[in-house]
Amino acid sequence: MGSDKNSFVREVAEKKYEYGFTTNVETDIIEKGLSEDVVRLISSKKGEPDWLLQFRLDAYRYWLTLEQPTWGHLNMPPIDYLSISYFAAPASPKTSKDGEIDPELMKTFDKLGIPLEERMALAGTAVDAVMDSVSVKTTFREKLQEKGIIFCSISEAVREHPDLVREYLGSVVPYRDNFFAALNSAVFSDGSFVYIPKGVRCPMELSTYFRINARGTGQFERTLIVCDDDAYVSYLEGCTAPMRDENQLHAAIVEIVVKERAEVKYSTVQNWYPGDSEGKGGVLNLVTKRGHLRGAGSRLSWTQVETGSAITWKYPSCVLSGEGSQAEFYSVAVTNNYQQADTGTKMIHIGRNTKSTIISKGISAGKSQNAYRGLVKVASTAEGARNYSSCDSLLLGSQCGAHTFPYMDVHNDTAVVEHEATTSKISEDQLMYCNQRGISTEEAVSLIVNGYAKEVINKLPMEFAVEAQKLLGVSLEGSVG
Amino acid sequence: MSAGKQYIDFYQEVRDTIAARSSAEMNAQREPALETFSAKGFPSQKVERYRYVKVDADFSPNYGIALTPLAGPLPPYCFSIKDAAPHARVLYNKVADATDSIVALNTMLCVDTLVVHVPRGTRVEHPIQISNILKGDQDTMVCRRILIVMDELAEADIIITDRAASQNRFLTNQVIEVVMKDGSHLSLYDIEETHLLCTRYNSVFVQQGRNSSFRHTNLTLFNGHTRNRLDVLLQGEGSEVTANGCIIADKMQRVDNNTLIDHQAPACQSGELYKYVLDDSAVGAFAGKVLVREGAQKTKSQETNANLCATSSARMYSQPMLEIYADDVQCSHGSTVGQMDEAALFYMRQRGIDEQEARLLLKAAFITEVIETIPLESLRDRLHVLVDKRLRGELSKCEGCKLCK
Repeated sequence: MGSDKNSFVREVAEKKYEYGFTTNVETDIIEKGLSEDVVRLISSKKGEPDWLLQFRLDAYRYWLTLEQPTWGHLNMPPIDYLSISYFAAPASPKTSKDGEIDPELMKTFDKLGIPLEERMALAGTAVDAVMDSVSVKTTFREKLQEKGIIFCSISEAVREHPDLVREYLGSVVPYRDNFFAALNSAVFSDGSFVYIPKGVRCPMELSTYFRINARGTGQFERTLIVCDDDAYVSYLEGCTAPMRDENQLHAAIVEIVVKERAEVKYSTVQNWYPGDSEGKGGVLNLVTKRGHLRGAGSRLSWTQVETGSAITWKYPSCVLSGEGSQAEFYSVAVTNNYQQADTGTKMIHIGRNTKSTIISKGISAGKSQNAYRGLVKVASTAEGARNYSSCDSLLLGSQCGAHTFPYMDVHNDTAVVEHEATTSKISEDQLMYCNQRGISTEEAVSLIVNGYAKEVINKLPMEFAVEAQKLLGVSLEGSVG
Repeated sequence: MSAGKQYIDFYQEVRDTIAARSSAEMNAQREPALETFSAKGFPSQKVERYRYVKVDADFSPNYGIALTPLAGPLPPYCFSIKDAAPHARVLYNKVADATDSIVALNTMLCVDTLVVHVPRGTRVEHPIQISNILKGDQDTMVCRRILIVMDELAEADIIITDRAASQNRFLTNQVIEVVMKDGSHLSLYDIEETHLLCTRYNSVFVQQGRNSSFRHTNLTLFNGHTRNRLDVLLQGEGSEVTANGCIIADKMQRVDNNTLIDHQAPACQSGELYKYVLDDSAVGAFAGKVLVREGAQKTKSQETNANLCATSSARMYSQPMLEIYADDVQCSHGSTVGQMDEAALFYMRQRGIDEQEARLLLKAAFITEVIETIPLESLRDRLHVLVDKRLRGELSKCEGCKLCK
């Protein structure tokens, strides 16, 4: 890349997005465009078995019959699916399973503060790092293997544990689910696979770090987590991308299977490049995330802090079919400048005595639009189902928008479903109080916003909570006039 | 589109008859309405505002269509559109959403408009009551149109009642337009008490000027399928709207309320309270959107939807929405779906009240909150009686009324 000098200048000029650098690694990118041949090429590059190729082709053929949905409260730039390259891999990934990785790549993840080296064991987190389309390094595998935990990239899982992958892949989000799910199923490149065997409590946080590096590519990763009876895992996901003046597409799928009495915590800090202050560029984050609480007494919680992306359109959902299963959704979504978010959750109660909680906090600043959209559905079989939803929006500026679209479909008389929402701005009194005590307005806003989001941030694991708090501050910089 | 075709064909057959019986203002709107309706047909459930209604199914049966203008002496302040003041007459079809197929169908087929016109500074002492009585010896569709014009500083209460006097199938497509000029006050009560074979599409469009206040109370006591749409545009600074609803449904009844409160000017207030009691296999839906436009600062808005499902086969869809583009606002909404408080039932049974009576008391207490908001004392008392009768399953006939007998 010859524009090193320019990108340095840009970096300094636009300090707000800290992770906007690109890495000079040689990248193996396939031709732009999408066809059956491309799907076959991706599959053959990864040396996949026939059943997986068939799955991809079915998904691709189904995708061709669909049209991109338009119902979101979003102003989407048109996406030309034929001008995206569907596979990009750093040319020299891991040489062997435990071998050294490319020093340039290493530097990238060091800059991002991702502890890839085992000497960083103090951080106590196992990481699967995904750059563009492939997983570059997974740490702590041996230690996890002792307990029977499988944590690897999904490509490795296809090779080493084909039966497990085949059993669960597409069982929570089938390729017929929606437009973007079909696209992902056809071209997904890599992602993480986690299997926690019966009765095992995963001793450390598992983490995936996604980064889009190459130009003109999209990222289509796929995460599959299976948590067997009585097991527990806490899973973290982080994302960044370089600053580009074009829109980059990110259409991922996360599937989680939770069996009897098992518990999964899934936390996301999403900080894809949000575009510049004029609304140019940025990542289109169109993700399908769903957990299936299959077993009795199972638990799943989604915690998300969304500060990045030009457009965020996702609804991490829970299907509660196990009796007495419990699901939680905690979300902070911050939008600034021209960012747009239409995000929320779906809680589908099927089993008896199932419970769900939704806490959503939206913060809009600049000229951004921030919408909460959520569905709580209680099927006629869900005796004694209980849901509590609370959605608050905070407006910082007179040109931004905050919207709430809750849907409640109740088909059972024993269900109790509650929803409440408020929208307001930071009161003059609160600001005045802080100013009087020598706290500048900008600091005061950051203080108040952090207090407002605390309910959600407290649910994040320690390291993430610190990062999330910093991100909130950075994202809102300059939004107080 | 199939159900729509029969209406287009019918219109083309009777176009001249309708035009001859109607006024110039109404005739001028028919052809554009036909165009809209032909292009769009009936909305499917994929259209957001029609998510919970099956329009095609409701309009497909074969109905005879009534094409009679208003007749007989009308109460004070009420006119046929031909006799109304010119500045009121010209407001016809100016407030209604002309792009909506149901409104377009009404504009195509409606023969006469009842204009209620309260002149500047007039305070109407007694409530104006408009009784719609469906009666006939065959299945009938009616297109009704009401235009209410409140001039500056005018004040009135209007009660509209819907009844059915014969056991045929009826399909009503009613459009009410309300124009409220600066400083006017209007309370509009809409009471539906028909029967299981009645389908009603009621679309109310309101436009409010500065410092005007509008109160809408919607009571669905007995019905077949009902769809009520209420769109309020708060165009003048400092205007206020209160929209309340009380719905009691059982058997196979369906009630859908779809509201939009559009805050276009600063310092306006809106409040909504809708309560549903659903029994047997009734289906209720409430979708209310509060839209606060850019610049509509100092908006205050509160929206509440509370629902009681008494059986496992009753269904409720609730969708309270906020769409906000201004920052100095206080908006909140709340929605609940639940069942009767078992502890309260137990308390009453301990005190010798049998279970059925106790359940009834709880339902009545739940719905009373809406009725208590009605400022007209006589109406409030009457409604308490009607609700009690309704919950006991006694079909109420208006006593002393000669028309229904």
